[in-house]
Amino acid sequence: MMKKIFTRPKALTDAAFHYCPGCTHGIIHRLVAEVIDELGAADNTVGVCPVGCAVFAYNYFNVDMFQASHGRAPAVATGIKRALPDRLVFTYQGDGDLASIGTAEIVHAAARGEKFTTIFVNNAVYGMTGGQMAPTTLLGQKTTTTPKGRDKDNNGYPVKVAEMLSTLDGAAYVARVSVHNPTHVNKAKKVIKKAFEVQIKGLGFALVEVLSSCPTNWGMAPNEALKWLEDNMIPFYPLGVYKEPAEVK
Amino acid sequence: MLEQVLIAGFGGQGVLSTGQLLAHAGMIENKHVAWIPSYGPEMRGGTANCGVTISDHPISSPMVTEPTTLIVMTRPALEKFEKAVVPGGRILINSSLVEQDVKRDDVLALKIPANKIAEEIGNPKVANNVILGALIKLTGIVTIESVVESLKKVLPPRRHNMIPANQEALERGAQLAEKLS
Amino acid sequence: MSKILMKGNEAIGEGAIRAGCRYFFGYPITPQSELPHYLAKRMPEVGGVFLQAESEVSAINMVYGAAGAGMRVMTSSSSPGLSLMQEGISYLVGAELPCVIVNIMRGGPGLGNIAPAQGDYFQSTKGGGHGDYKLITLAPESVQEIIDLMAKAFDLADQYRNPVMLLGDGILGQMMEPVELGEIKEVKQADKPWAASGMKGRSNSNIINSLYINPEDCEKLNEKLFAKYAEITDKEQIWEEYQLDGAEIVLVAYGTAARICKSAVDKARAKGIKAGLIRPVTLWPFPAKVIAKIAQSVNCLLTVEMSMGQMVEDVRLAANGVCPVHFYGRSGGMVPEVAEVLAKIEELTAGGDRE
Repeated sequence: MMKKIFTRPKALTDAAFHYCPGCTHGIIHRLVAEVIDELGAADNTVGVCPVGCAVFAYNYFNVDMFQASHGRAPAVATGIKRALPDRLVFTYQGDGDLASIGTAEIVHAAARGEKFTTIFVNNAVYGMTGGQMAPTTLLGQKTTTTPKGRDKDNNGYPVKVAEMLSTLDGAAYVARVSVHNPTHVNKAKKVIKKAFEVQIKGLGFALVEVLSSCPTNWGMAPNEALKWLEDNMIPFYPLGVYKEPAEVK
Repeated sequence: MLEQVLIAGFGGQGVLSTGQLLAHAGMIENKHVAWIPSYGPEMRGGTANCGVTISDHPISSPMVTEPTTLIVMTRPALEKFEKAVVPGGRILINSSLVEQDVKRDDVLALKIPANKIAEEIGNPKVANNVILGALIKLTGIVTIESVVESLKKVLPPRRHNMIPANQEALERGAQLAEKLS
Repeated sequence: MSKILMKGNEAIGEGAIRAGCRYFFGYPITPQSELPHYLAKRMPEVGGVFLQAESEVSAINMVYGAAGAGMRVMTSSSSPGLSLMQEGISYLVGAELPCVIVNIMRGGPGLGNIAPAQGDYFQSTKGGGHGDYKLITLAPESVQEIIDLMAKAFDLADQYRNPVMLLGDGILGQMMEPVELGEIKEVKQADKPWAASGMKGRSNSNIINSLYINPEDCEKLNEKLFAKYAEITDKEQIWEEYQLDGAEIVLVAYGTAARICKSAVDKARAKGIKAGLIRPVTLWPFPAKVIAKIAQSVNCLLTVEMSMGQMVEDVRLAANGVCPVHFYGRSGGMVPEVAEVLAKIEELTAGGDRE
């Protein structure tokens, strides 16, 4: 007797991801979809995709989806959630989308305590547009717009989103995870699930920052990229739960 | 009948609400009415004015650029709008607040010590209705009864105790206008 | 039913509620603020949502979310705020989402001022944001007409799955006039099987999207939009005709400028000048049919706007050289006076008959 022990989540379509080899977006998509499945919520979920590498996420999530303009996913999600308070609503945004052009939207959605969940993928670079500096690019990190490395005097400092948003009273749950190895992938899934449960319980805004790799724009092999993430990003962007309501502890 | 009334003064003098009261009275008499507040750079500044049009016919332009009656509560308002009044029109001055005289001789100018009369009535807040009473007497655009009826509608019930003093103010203004004109 | 005295801005709010709108997202700006003030009180009374957004950019994207979820939704602003919303409006059109957007115009360009103006005609009727599109644009002239047009605005938006702009100026927003609100009716809203509101048993997911990465597909979207626009242009032109009997000079003006022109026409008629007025109620689709027709019989047309001349270009296109099209306007928050318009009419009619 054969037993199926691993399958594609129902909340993902059959479409093949367009992401580059070694990109961790695919893992993160899968984690979100598995959580939606486990919550039995696919029929009741509305997702919002960003402008960035995940712009086509609506082709991959098998739930009702919106494509939002650059940075505005939290405003779009606000409109959806206010109109349909009993739906599970999430945004899926990259670092340029959320932490650069969309800072006003994410800060105020969090401050209002909008009851949706944001998956924030931080890979320290603009992917889709060609490897430019992101608000989360590390000091010294080379990108196509910081060819000699990010310089604090010229470019300022990277933005620590999880820390920043956790200062807001409306943000109920804020955590940072990574997906650079299987242990952390499993941890990330638990945190993402909690971020959706916070929404279901109506506790307020929930955000999970996921440290992610971009082998293509970092100019590395996928395994080197994961190592670079671990060695360089995690020391600057410490993992952990920054804010957690008692109800889900 | 087409009357275009411009009420001009400072913010806090009840200029806008007096205009609204007049417009409301016109409305309950089934006349065509329009009310426009001072609108432009001085919207949040010191001066306040509003235009009220009351007509038997549909109102085309609601702008009161050539008033048939000007009511002034401050000297700057008189200086600014005196020239705009149509020949043969009226200028009603609250002479408790404005000492100046109207320079034109082709309009009817009435000086009404509205604040003094309001104090005699025992309520300084009803000064504007003394002037409104005079306007009604001179133009007949609405009746005092309609204004009193409007007060019942626009004032919250806890302020209905103000209505008798307002009615008295309207009547005192009307009597004064009859005497002066 | 008795009349009540209402500000234009408040009438927009009440009209929207009576049209079944239950969601409003906006950001404060003069001279439309009485509208959000009104809805902040009124929306909770009818179980609706009023939300003050952090910016106009956010407000229009909240509209995108609620519209995509299948709801009747509205935002409002004044000129500079509309400039900020343009990207979002383009996305709304691309995703074919119905909504109503209010612009109570003020003097510009730049920060300009808070006085009434009509300088956003081009922005409203010619697209405004990026890409190839149109907004249905309605221009009421009175508080009563606001009430009447709000229901129409939401119906047109749903019918054509396109945003509708309600375009007024500061005077219209600030002015009080009596209105007959009529009975509150049950609003029958269109089914929105395309809404992304959770699959709820559907086998395919609904996607609210304006991304067509393949140019062939994006061209098809544009062709679909323009087939819709051709139908709207054919069916939805609305205008008012005023004193056109035997008119030799016909004014063309909308909103507050039209009210002023009506007074000027009356005064001209009193002087024996055969003047009339066409007042476009839909600015897009522009009522070109009636302009083309009237151009055949008049000596000239005179467009009057609270701008340096924007609608006059559409009047000229519609008149197509059949008669001269003149212009008179004040801008930057200045309002044409009746006497000025009358003087222009007299100047243009002094020369006698059409050559």
